Amino acid sequence: MAKYLAKRIFYLILTLFIVITVTFFLMKLLPGTPLTNQAKLSKSQIALIYEQYGLNKPVWQQYLLYLAGAVKGNFGTSFQFSDQPVSYLISSRIGPSLQIGLQAMVVGVIIGIIIGAFGAMKQNTWVDSTTTVVSILGISIPSFVLAVLLQYYLGLKAGWFPIAEWGGFIYTVLPTLALGAQPLAESARFVRTEMVDVLSSDYIELAKAKGLSKTGVIFHHALRNSLIPLITIVGPLAVNIMTGSMVVENIFSIPGIGEQFVKSVLTNDYPTIMGLTIVYSFMLCVVLLFTDILYGIVDPRIRLTGKAN
Amino acid sequence: MDNDKNILEVRDLQVDFKTYAGDVKAIRNVSFDLRKGETLAIVGESGSGKSVTTRTIMGLNANNADIASGTIKYKGEDLLKKSEADMEKIRGQDIAEIFQDPMTSLDPTMKIGRQIAEPLMIHKGMKKEKALAQALEMMKLVGITDAENRINDYPHQFSGGMRQRIVIAIALINYPEILIADEPTTALDVTIQAQILNLMKELQDKISTSIIFITHDLGVVAGMADRVAVMYAGKIVEYGTVDEIFYNPKHPYTWGLLSSMPTLDTGGDELPSIPGTPPDLLDPPKGDAFAARNAYALKIDTEKEPPFFKVSDTHYAATWLLHPDAPKVTPPEQIVERQKQYATMHKELLAQQRTQGPVEEEEEKQ
Repeated sequence: MAKYLAKRIFYLILTLFIVITVTFFLMKLLPGTPLTNQAKLSKSQIALIYEQYGLNKPVWQQYLLYLAGAVKGNFGTSFQFSDQPVSYLISSRIGPSLQIGLQAMVVGVIIGIIIGAFGAMKQNTWVDSTTTVVSILGISIPSFVLAVLLQYYLGLKAGWFPIAEWGGFIYTVLPTLALGAQPLAESARFVRTEMVDVLSSDYIELAKAKGLSKTGVIFHHALRNSLIPLITIVGPLAVNIMTGSMVVENIFSIPGIGEQFVKSVLTNDYPTIMGLTIVYSFMLCVVLLFTDILYGIVDPRIRLTGKAN
Repeated sequence: MDNDKNILEVRDLQVDFKTYAGDVKAIRNVSFDLRKGETLAIVGESGSGKSVTTRTIMGLNANNADIASGTIKYKGEDLLKKSEADMEKIRGQDIAEIFQDPMTSLDPTMKIGRQIAEPLMIHKGMKKEKALAQALEMMKLVGITDAENRINDYPHQFSGGMRQRIVIAIALINYPEILIADEPTTALDVTIQAQILNLMKELQDKISTSIIFITHDLGVVAGMADRVAVMYAGKIVEYGTVDEIFYNPKHPYTWGLLSSMPTLDTGGDELPSIPGTPPDLLDPPKGDAFAARNAYALKIDTEKEPPFFKVSDTHYAATWLLHPDAPKVTPPEQIVERQKQYATMHKELLAQQRTQGPVEEEEEKQ
């Protein structure tokens, strides 16, 4: 297990290196400069600022300098908010994003599992059709459309939730719903298909022949076996939530990293773009590592421990 | 028949499956008894209704199954009238089942000890530790070597033969009155087959359970069963003791089955088979369903269904050939010959097995 983890961590670092490299050069291809909107600055002032931030150096030198800094844990200071180190900027803003992302993931997947399981148990009834419709809607409606609809109906019309503010838990409800719809729909669809399969398998027949009740069969045998493949889509779902959060955080004015990421791209805030990209890639890598370990825990046939010959 | 001796009485059972194309009449008026301690083999081709019969007894038919008529009396009570909750109490406690494919009938994500212990926990309300201790005893009884160390293993760590032993352990852990074995050796290779059959015989004596043994393999029947019922197109066409069915079959379908079974003497000649395919049970033919494939069919076979004719107190066959007015036909010499050969050969085989003892099973551990 330790050996496996070490290997995975090495790959994680390698992945981050590749991500840094690709992002750095892609970012330089963005039109405009960090000072595009500062029309009042004179040429000499611009040159001075460029000198200060090292932007007058050739791109490959900038890249190597960045890499050298990143290895030491120095991700530079933001262009947009001068004197704010990128690391501080991110750490002060990651809380709300993590909260909403995790809430959306957990709530979405759990409700998705319940809906999917019900659909499978009541296969070809109205319950099943309803779950299918819910999942199709959830998959096809983009989170930003859902966000606006939620704001309008539950925020403005019903007045149950604040529309675009950030404070306590109540402020997280609508963003969580908007972001959670996709994981909910995807996992409902996945669990339903898988469970229909599992429910017609021989070991479920045997479980019934043992005298287990319907719920007993579901909880002791069907659920666990149906959920194993769901782990596969946790990674893609996390990506969904991360990309979705960039828009949804803007819509709900949440002071998170998603909102910051969009701002920094619009203002060519190079160090912030880089820093956030690294954070996003790191989070995704961790999710993938976590799902791989989870596989082994849930499915004894893919244990990571050295039991296999 | 003596009712006290019967543990299960199936009467006039009729099961249809509702499909888009219409009602498939899978079981058409089946009646049989299972006596205490006996092994009843139900033999027939695929699709003859063997498995549907047992699923109906277990109350585990698919949703589109419709039990049109009949009774299944277990200890005097009709199982078909019982609620689902009552059936849950009976399944795995009074009536247990062994399935065909041991590779797929165990839950891949549950330790086998827990799987064997589960019926105890459900029916006897036993605590996990106590149930596991009994499961361990059962594992030893069904011949799983090194049971102490293997109780926490998962199904994928066992070979097919070992997995079938585990399935048997699950079925027998509550000492059921009736064990339904639905082709329990079909998915196993021949040497393992013999071991599993021996094990079942052995355990039947120890636990004194009655067995309904479903198979299409007459070779297996000869060594296992006390009585045999031959099924065709959702009906029982002949039943009797194992000797009566093997040495004195009366129904042309039984003749066909027996002659299409290879023996050690089957030489270079082509193995005889029954021509044609079983009838479509969406619309069963009038008269004897076997008539179209029957070289001995009489005119009446296509018009009127034959009733059961008594051959002996224990032997009945549903064929018009047994009617007093029917023309005398003798089964082909070849079949008579085969039966005689089979009889002597089989006795030798049994004697051989007794002296050699069971073959050691190779086991793979991953």
